[in-house]
Amino acid sequence: MIKAILIFNNHGKPQLSKFYQPYSEDTQQQIIRETFHLVSKRDENVCNFLEGGLLIGGSDNKLIYRHYATLYFVFCVDSSESELGILDLIQVFVETLDKCFENVCELDLIFHVDKVHNILAEMVMGGMVLETNMNEIVTQIDAQNKLEKSETFIFQSPRQDR
Amino acid sequence: MVVPSLKLQDLIEEIRGAKTQAQEREVIQKECAHIRASFRDGDPVHRHRQLAKLLYVHMLGYPAHFGQMECLKLIASSRFTDKRVGYLGAMLLLDERHDAHLLITNSIKNDLSQGIQPVQGLALCTLSTMGSAEMCRDLAPEVEKLLLQPSPYVRKKAILTAVHMIRKVPELSSVFLPPCAQLLHERHHGILLGTITLITELCERSPAALRHFRKVVPQLVQILRTLVTMGYSTEHSISGVSDPFLQVQILRLLRILGRNHEESSETMNDLLAQVATNTDTSRNAGNAVLFETVLTIMDICSAAGLRVLAVNILGRFLLNSDRNIRYVALTSLLRLVQSDHSAVQRHRPTVVECLRETDASLSRRALELSLALVNSSNVRAMMQELQAFLESCPPDLRADCASGILLAAERFAPTKRWHIDTILHVLTTAGTHVRDDAVANLTQLIGGAQELHAYSVRRLYNALAEDISQQPLVQVAAWCIGEYGDLLLAGNCEEIEPLQVDEEEVLALLEKVLQSHMSLPATRGYALTALMKLSTRLCGDNNRIRQVVSIYGSCLDVELQQRAVEYDTLFRKYDHMRAAILEKMPLAEQDGPQADEEAKESKEAAQLSEAAPVPTEPQASQLLDLLDLLDGASGDVQHPPPLDPSPGGALVHLLDLPCAPPPPAPIPDLKVFEREGVQLNLSFIRPPENPALLLITVTATNFSEGDVTHFICQAAVPKSLQLQLQAPSGNTVPARGGLPITQLFRILNPNKAPLRLKLRLTYDHFHQSVQEIFEVNNLPVESWQ
Repeated sequence: MIKAILIFNNHGKPQLSKFYQPYSEDTQQQIIRETFHLVSKRDENVCNFLEGGLLIGGSDNKLIYRHYATLYFVFCVDSSESELGILDLIQVFVETLDKCFENVCELDLIFHVDKVHNILAEMVMGGMVLETNMNEIVTQIDAQNKLEKSETFIFQSPRQDR
Repeated sequence: MVVPSLKLQDLIEEIRGAKTQAQEREVIQKECAHIRASFRDGDPVHRHRQLAKLLYVHMLGYPAHFGQMECLKLIASSRFTDKRVGYLGAMLLLDERHDAHLLITNSIKNDLSQGIQPVQGLALCTLSTMGSAEMCRDLAPEVEKLLLQPSPYVRKKAILTAVHMIRKVPELSSVFLPPCAQLLHERHHGILLGTITLITELCERSPAALRHFRKVVPQLVQILRTLVTMGYSTEHSISGVSDPFLQVQILRLLRILGRNHEESSETMNDLLAQVATNTDTSRNAGNAVLFETVLTIMDICSAAGLRVLAVNILGRFLLNSDRNIRYVALTSLLRLVQSDHSAVQRHRPTVVECLRETDASLSRRALELSLALVNSSNVRAMMQELQAFLESCPPDLRADCASGILLAAERFAPTKRWHIDTILHVLTTAGTHVRDDAVANLTQLIGGAQELHAYSVRRLYNALAEDISQQPLVQVAAWCIGEYGDLLLAGNCEEIEPLQVDEEEVLALLEKVLQSHMSLPATRGYALTALMKLSTRLCGDNNRIRQVVSIYGSCLDVELQQRAVEYDTLFRKYDHMRAAILEKMPLAEQDGPQADEEAKESKEAAQLSEAAPVPTEPQASQLLDLLDLLDGASGDVQHPPPLDPSPGGALVHLLDLPCAPPPPAPIPDLKVFEREGVQLNLSFIRPPENPALLLITVTATNFSEGDVTHFICQAAVPKSLQLQLQAPSGNTVPARGGLPITQLFRILNPNKAPLRLKLRLTYDHFHQSVQEIFEVNNLPVESWQ
């Protein structure tokens, strides 16, 4: 089971945080800080696996992370998940983001965090892997975006929004 | 008047523009005020935008609880845009600890039964993330209906939601078990993936479900085979491997189904062999599948050849240049080390190589695996590696490494000297990280190895002279110097180069320990006692020691003060007893893993009521024939240890052990021997405070006309018991009922093994040498039960 999915930048600022188990807000923030602390200490050419921090369950859980330029993608999983499989899952996630945003960069993720949530929800649900076929995911996301657009079309009002 | 509201992107822009934390807080607080106002006004058009902004600041760590109700309103709206943000808000802000979460149950129910597919998807997603037990119970029927709907999009989500529901409410397993068989026939990978996950969850929870699903093993094998042999398909493949995620899930389920079940394992064997040999290992995806295959092979009842193949694959992976692969290989080997120990042993050299990794995750795994691989044949080599590792490893691994080394040394030490050396090395390298009982264990070990006393005290003295900061080391060294100070000063020890140590140096060192601010109070106690003991071991005058002792009589630490005052009294008023009290300690009984701390610290092992003088030498060689006669077992006859006589009442509080004689237990006496008027009687005592101990008093009486002289009695017991002979009261029994000889045997029988006793008597009687060897029959059962 995937316990949490975190994306943060090189300074530890969270760009996305999704928890699949109930934690209080304080604990969530602490977990983000602790995870960043553990992950940022790692060198460049070591393996992508770490023991989990104490808050998220200690040595029964692992942090599987990938560092892309300025962003860390961290999946916190328990022992039932395949470590190499999760590495591939992170890759699929990033490639899907790439397809949805057209050559995704960090700013895309920063400014459209709600869209990133939507994409993630099509891949991982309830801490379990739902779908890994990129085309399916992208098709769904496109359909949903169209639906949203059609609604705003109806609701266009003369009020000026800033 | 309409308050113009920021779009989410604009807010993010503003927050990023803030130069300091304080500025960011200001921006966010201002915006939250706007958002709160907007919520109060109940503006439906922009509610979704306000909530989106709120969710963003929530991620940054700012309070957002006032948005919870807005989530409900958005979910209840008919617009997809609203629902999307509303459901996301529910997942992020609501959870089962707040009662408010139950309020969305109704909306979810409506959306599940009447909503369009994207909406159903949203509802299912939310339910599977934050659904509590009550919600799951309420909504189970809806989810069940969706399992068999035509749309694969909704079905795959419904299946995973079912998994979540079963985790929350295990009784729902019965609802979701029946559809599984049909779902397995689907072609859609998303549905298959979800179904396999669902079946896995069901099997892990209930043995009945496990038995039920064993019959789908052939079907699973077929699905996997199709995946493996299928040509390249762009749909689900990752680097040329078809849907590795699904393959891995199927392999995991096969593992669970095949475990301890011959028939199922049989069905899988061919396929597993095929996957193991044909998977492309040039990319990560293939390796993921291969690892899962190996774990499955090792867990089920697979053919021997297949197991060998699997372990060899792991061995190959250990040599892979990719660190991730090596990590997973080490983890997998650790899982196998219990069940297939010899197979894993073959890869020991490579595992030891991994200890030298700079990567902390890898070296930690290598450490765990190395410790699991230590056995009696490789212990010396492994310990060398592990000790080298201890010196250079990162601090968070030190404690584990140190305790691992000490445990392994305890179990597999080839010689006592090696054991002492190893513990010494650990104490000097990582002294602050060792377990608390390491000190006790080491003193026990040294105490028991008499031939190594000189060696130990010399090495400990050298180590202490170099460094007095590592407390466990200092404590052991102080104890040793106190006990064996005379051996230290004697200067001769063949095993290390001779060192001339001056009395003054030794005293100076102990004083340094006493005064150092790094020493713990316990350490100081050790040092003070050691100084005191040296007053009898050293030849010079004791003025220096007396001075130190009297200084500490006014020490602030109560324990130290008490000791110092006692020792001072010992010097002043009880000097005649000092030598006897401070004699070398006998070896403390080791009842269990914890050695008796009091026995170490007190100067008295007063479990016996009788005081005995220094004993005669046992004739060990003649005993060997005696020992051979006890079938299969040879007793261990130790020479009686020197005993300290009981001191006077002034020092009674030092005695933590009872010094009163134990009350006699009512076991009948036994007459075991009679020959020409010479009789041997045994009387038994079992002290109530120590049930494993049996005291036998052997009494030799002589009713004949001739004296019995040169009387010697020896004894042997089976191997599982421990025997100690005290010195006899004499060698002669005068004729006509003269004063009998008594001798005390102490037998330790912790396992309550049946007592057997063989006796060998030699004496002169009527100008003839008599030798008798016999086994004692009719030993009372109460003596050992």
